[in-house]
Amino acid sequence: MGFGRDSAIALAVLLVFILLEFTGLRSAGLVDFAIRFATFGLLALSLNLLIGSAGLVSFGHAAYFGMGAYSFGLLMQTGAWSVPAAILAAVAMTALLALVIGALCVRLSEIYFAFLTLAFQMLLHSLILSWIGLTGGDQGLMGGIPKPPFLGVDLARQDHLAAFSLFCLVASAVALRQILRSPFGAALRMLRDNPDRAAFLGLSVFRYRLAAFVIAGSFAGLAGVLMSLYVSGAFPSFAFWTTSGEAIFMIMLGGVSVFLGPLVGTAIFLMLNDWITAVTEHHGLFLGIILLIIVLGLRKGLLDFAVEHWRARRGNQP
Amino acid sequence: MSGRLELQGLRKSFGGVVATDDVTLGFEPGTLSAIIGPNGAGKTTLFHLITGKLPVTAGRVLLDGAEITGLDRREIVRRGIGRAFQVANLFPSFSVQDSLAAALMAHAGRTAGLFSTFPPPDVQRQAEEVMELCGLTHLSRTEARHLSHGDQKLLDIALALALNPKVLLLDEPTAGMGPDERWRMIERVYRLWEARKLTLIFIEHDMDIVFKIAQSVRVLRYGAVLAEGTPEEVRRNPAVVEAYLGAEHAL
Repeated sequence: MGFGRDSAIALAVLLVFILLEFTGLRSAGLVDFAIRFATFGLLALSLNLLIGSAGLVSFGHAAYFGMGAYSFGLLMQTGAWSVPAAILAAVAMTALLALVIGALCVRLSEIYFAFLTLAFQMLLHSLILSWIGLTGGDQGLMGGIPKPPFLGVDLARQDHLAAFSLFCLVASAVALRQILRSPFGAALRMLRDNPDRAAFLGLSVFRYRLAAFVIAGSFAGLAGVLMSLYVSGAFPSFAFWTTSGEAIFMIMLGGVSVFLGPLVGTAIFLMLNDWITAVTEHHGLFLGIILLIIVLGLRKGLLDFAVEHWRARRGNQP
Repeated sequence: MSGRLELQGLRKSFGGVVATDDVTLGFEPGTLSAIIGPNGAGKTTLFHLITGKLPVTAGRVLLDGAEITGLDRREIVRRGIGRAFQVANLFPSFSVQDSLAAALMAHAGRTAGLFSTFPPPDVQRQAEEVMELCGLTHLSRTEARHLSHGDQKLLDIALALALNPKVLLLDEPTAGMGPDERWRMIERVYRLWEARKLTLIFIEHDMDIVFKIAQSVRVLRYGAVLAEGTPEEVRRNPAVVEAYLGAEHAL
């Protein structure tokens, strides 16, 4: 029942968007926003599988975002790959990277975990910068990424790319939500709540955390693919710590405990960012102040706050 | 009938400090026993040794004649020794029914599935049975962190009970409760024991409770067994009276 309902909602969202996009307002702004929303929304949503459900605060999630973008870009530049095949391969390569890094990180707890994930991300970032022959160094992956059409989808057109990105987002959201609803998801929450008792009941802390790490990394890789399609290239900043930081901000803005929280946070973050950059050069300063107000004022994300408020009101009624 | 627990010459020392000193005790299947003793007598340490939380320095633990000393603590749970904790050890964000279902699934090794929905109906039914037995049914949808202190302890016991143990160890089930709540709790424990026919061993400080419900009492002091017997025998034992019970309990 839950999975069917989620799929129906996802399909409806996608149809409404396509209707709006192709028959209604053909606005370049909407198309552009939709692509960025899908890309960063997926990144934040995947990170929240670790933070919100498994209780693992990773500071290095952008490593998988960057890995997805570079793998996809490099595969497409060979000219031998179709878009869907390259996407699958890029996600698989990202999963492999997450498996290796995760195996070394998930044994550690809290602050050590956070910093080791950050260290591996910066290692990848340095590797991208210094392996100029493959990655183009700090110039990024230049020369554009060929996007041969497949199944009537031409990703070189921004409107097609927007619909495709949104499709990837809603399909991933449905999949992630099913993961959270499954016995595996329950095991992750047990490990977050009380790892000692969970282990006592027979759960392998290592295996479950590693699986969550790989799943989250894979979806971040898909987000990276969307990013490289959007900018038709790949840049070292994708794997820089600021990208991880932005994803964490989005989650903090929207909320960790509600599934759609990170998506709400992404929308707010992107809109704030666009609006502030239009007004002032010092956008970091203003964005930081707004984040501080939300974090110190509400002490939780907006959607966390709204849902708790609504539950409390409903609970008070006789 | 299974559930015979035997401790043979059990010893645990931390550096020079002997926490458990040559403890030899037998618990017959289906009996209800209390362990008493002053603070620091090694009662909780004894539970840690039985459940494999701490490695023993010397001695053996036998369940139904089979040695379980030194086994991994998950394996010991699987062999049939359950345990509830002095401070309730729960999954705060899980509702009562989900806590039990999650414990059942983790214990059965069924938490790897990605495509089914938690909890499956058969597990849900088992969880309902345990809730019924523990009197938690009316709280099934309440999150563990929102339960009262007493109900948290009860859920902790229910989590241990869900795994269908032959031997259940309760570490101060009434700790931190008011007098009325204590009696309700201990009645609940007594009824559980009657319904499940398991070997139940509990640590308790309240002597009225111990003497009222226990079939046998073991007294520990400085990690060693000071006395054992029926509540009546222990109450009359001069060494126990002197060492532990004090004047107000004597006779």
